Amino acid sequence: MSGWRHDTAGDAIDRNSPRSFSFDGKQLMGFAGDTLASALLASGTQILGRSFKYHRPRGLWGLGGEEPNAIFDVAENGQTTPNTRATTQTLRDGMVLRSVNTAPDVLRDRGAVLDRFNRFLPGGFYYKTFMAFGWMRWEPMIRRMAGLGRLDSGHRPPADGPQVNARCDLLVIGAGAAGLAAARAAAMAGRKVWLVDEAAEPGGSLRWRGGEIDGKDWRDFVREACDAVQAAGGRILTDTTLWGAFDHNLFAAWERRVGASDRHWRIRASDIVLAAGAIERPLWFTNNDLPGVMSAEAALHYLALYGAVAGRNIVLATGNDASYPVAEALARVGCAVTLVDAREKTPPPPEGVKHLPSARLTRAEGKRTVRSVIVNGQRHEADTVLVAGGYTPSVHLHCQAGGKLDWEAGSDSLVPRPGTSKLRVVGAANGTFGLAEALTQGHVAGGGAGTAPQAVTENWQLAAMRPDPALPGRQWIDPQNDVTLKDVKLAGQEGYRSVEHLKRYTTLGMATDQGRNANFAGLAAMSELTGRSIPETGTTTYRPPFAPIPLGVIAGPRRGALFNAPKRLTLEVEHRAKSAEFREYGGWLRPSAYGPGDEAELAQDEARAARETVGIYDASPLGKIEVIGPGAADLLDYCGYVRLSTLKTGRARYGFILGESGIVHDDGVVFRLAEDRFIVSASSSHAASVRMILEEARQDVFDPSRSYIHDVTAGFVTLSVTGPRARDLLRAAELPKDICDDEVMPHMSVRETAWNGHSLRAARVSFTGDRSYELTVPARHGAALHGALDAARDTVSGRWIGMEAVMILRAEKGFILVGKDTDGLTMPHDLGWGGPRDKRTDEYLGRRSLFTPEAKANNRRQLVGLEVDGDTPLPTGAHLVPLHGARRSLGFVTSSYFSPILNRPVALALLENGRAKVGAEVGTFHMGDTCRARVCESCALDPKWERLNA
Amino acid sequence: MQIFTCPFCGPREETEFHFAAEAGKHRPEPAEETSDTDWADYLYMNDAPRGPSSEVWVHMTCGEYFLMTRDTVTREVLDTTALPGRNE
Repeated sequence: MSGWRHDTAGDAIDRNSPRSFSFDGKQLMGFAGDTLASALLASGTQILGRSFKYHRPRGLWGLGGEEPNAIFDVAENGQTTPNTRATTQTLRDGMVLRSVNTAPDVLRDRGAVLDRFNRFLPGGFYYKTFMAFGWMRWEPMIRRMAGLGRLDSGHRPPADGPQVNARCDLLVIGAGAAGLAAARAAAMAGRKVWLVDEAAEPGGSLRWRGGEIDGKDWRDFVREACDAVQAAGGRILTDTTLWGAFDHNLFAAWERRVGASDRHWRIRASDIVLAAGAIERPLWFTNNDLPGVMSAEAALHYLALYGAVAGRNIVLATGNDASYPVAEALARVGCAVTLVDAREKTPPPPEGVKHLPSARLTRAEGKRTVRSVIVNGQRHEADTVLVAGGYTPSVHLHCQAGGKLDWEAGSDSLVPRPGTSKLRVVGAANGTFGLAEALTQGHVAGGGAGTAPQAVTENWQLAAMRPDPALPGRQWIDPQNDVTLKDVKLAGQEGYRSVEHLKRYTTLGMATDQGRNANFAGLAAMSELTGRSIPETGTTTYRPPFAPIPLGVIAGPRRGALFNAPKRLTLEVEHRAKSAEFREYGGWLRPSAYGPGDEAELAQDEARAARETVGIYDASPLGKIEVIGPGAADLLDYCGYVRLSTLKTGRARYGFILGESGIVHDDGVVFRLAEDRFIVSASSSHAASVRMILEEARQDVFDPSRSYIHDVTAGFVTLSVTGPRARDLLRAAELPKDICDDEVMPHMSVRETAWNGHSLRAARVSFTGDRSYELTVPARHGAALHGALDAARDTVSGRWIGMEAVMILRAEKGFILVGKDTDGLTMPHDLGWGGPRDKRTDEYLGRRSLFTPEAKANNRRQLVGLEVDGDTPLPTGAHLVPLHGARRSLGFVTSSYFSPILNRPVALALLENGRAKVGAEVGTFHMGDTCRARVCESCALDPKWERLNA
Repeated sequence: MQIFTCPFCGPREETEFHFAAEAGKHRPEPAEETSDTDWADYLYMNDAPRGPSSEVWVHMTCGEYFLMTRDTVTREVLDTTALPGRNE
């Protein structure tokens, strides 16, 4: 119980508006304006969490996004948000806080026993130990122990977080003194400025350090700057974390809102000023992780803004002048303050403060929280230890944008190298810790005219503070992930000397504070251990996000059905009215079967009906790419594997499109509607890429003015009628008589005609091996065609059939799906289509690749059929293996179904040298079992093709 | 997210574009007289320069291929031009 609330101090809280909340079941009170951290500090709660590895008790450390310890699962209105950072979350009435990584609660945590075994759990422990007996054996146990907060699996936050794109002339990141000066200067010059800050109010460290600017109170300066930004059409975003810098000046920001979903911004800025400030470093002494040890800067912050005082009997250990105002402020509210300064030459101590110059704090003592400290060998009672180890500039976004860093001894920090990123870095983020100079830098970066805002120049001094390997016991470098100085030393001894290796071996800097507190100390320790300078040792790579961001904020509405929205059929409503079940096929939402009932059984019934009478299915997703113009035939000859210039008007031809590598990219039928007009009927999932292959050849190889390519897939509805009674159904539906006449419309013909006063294109092509008609009408007439076919359906006992039945029908005939029955090595001659390769003498896309040694090899995987005894289809994907000799893959099963018309399973496969093996047996290997199958022709049904005209 | 400027449509987000090929790469003709090695080079070998790189890209929404020069290190787009004879 060390923290307490001062009676009057605290600018940010409203004492007339109390807020109640609970922490691990204990009821507590705070005020409107509090953060979770300030309310807990003022309540005297010291142990707020447990560390990741040893479950050591942890207390509040910092004041913002760098906080490594005070992280809670926060429940509010029945929704739990895991791993909420107490320092950046505003307190609201009724919040229920639960400590993370603890069971049952933070004080009685069972995991604490792990700390006793710390000697046996050094850095790299996992890598060394859990290799024995295989990592897989250990993984489930370790997964259970790992992680911090708990996900509430019932929690489904609404997918309504807005995602907003914005542009501005100048983006200023950080609304402290330097950022405000930049924003003010730019706004006064009429530029549209966006000013973003993580805290609830602009002002940065002015809010707790105060000061006079241009002879007036700092609040006037903040107000004046904000007014100027708004007057110039800019915007101020508070409670907003700018989390990533991306290409071409794009920045992503997460805005936390009260009473509304969090908002995600994508801001494209012409210029950027980075004024993100700096974070206070800890000090390193034995047991420096005890609750009660806290950043001095943070203590001043909580006192000035919230009246929350860290303790009553305080030792402040420092090496810089910035701690003196902290000691002064704490003494003024009645704390007993002992100021321990490592330096000999110090400023005069503030009144009422016990001053120990040239003194070093070497050890903190206490069971669970700090009770005393050792300074220069002497014990001092203390309930709170404030530490100030210097400042680390927040250069993350500069580095994310490609910027480099330089070592600057004066500020004892790595600072941005000017000109290496597009961000202009000013103020403390630039290693400039004085107010007057920060204002000047900001003013200049904002393009300010005239003199910069003035403040009293302080000449404050700072000594470099470093971990001391000579001290006994454990000194914490990374408090959340439990990395000690010894772990860093061990990593160095074992050869992990690069900071990137150090990070991965020890998990240093991999906690949710992302190394804000740990990285510098780890880097400094490694540089000392290896005798290299800090710039030589280098830093780890800075990557987005700057701070953990809820994934839901980035996702916004893009989840569930909207995550990767499928393309939808014009006739979806009509299909649903027929009880269709829908599934995604190649990016399209299509009927899988017409229910109700079990999908697999329905597919069997539908496939049988299509063979016995008629099946009708929606083939609208089939690509319809029009190629028009005097150069169309030449273009298609070049792009296609099968010659198309010899195709007669009104006829259709099946062919392939290859890549330049000779691999089959797509198959499909091409129609010639006129001398200069073709339709390429690409398969549903390849229509877009086939269009681009045609476009590339048109623009790069041919005279582009002689042909034109137009993808009209979405403009038409195509219904396919297949089965022995298909023609009867067309007659019953009173479709034009000419298309029912086999003289006019033989197999592989196409005809444009009229129906009910609008155009109808009929094609006799078959994906089932039965007599089939593809009927295509403009999309707006699709429902009428659907209605006409449906009304006539009963006269021939026809059925609507889904894609599952279509898959069975095409597999019975050995018709392939590119990408399913072919892979990234399949060439047309592997599919039994060697004709054009042998006969064509003109050049076409991919031709040269069909004659490489690889393409001519005699062990290529070729398309074959497979037969098995019994009723169970082969598992799709099963590998084909030799029946004798060493087991190796000869290929695999690509499609496998039970055929209701043949009353036996059918399968297609790619098999090494398969054509020569027809009639032989081959092994199938699946889930450890080897079975036998007979290699056969890929066409299992009607090999004489008599059904096409039945 | 990068911004590329289609010579026909203007600046658009990179998701609307696809890379097609490195510029200046000529299909060996006649292809059938090209050696296996030269053909494989044409298919699979790229210069992938560090720094300025001249490339052919396609703007998927309008379907036009064009030349783009960009810096592969800084991601700066230095120039975008229509293919020869395509911008009249």
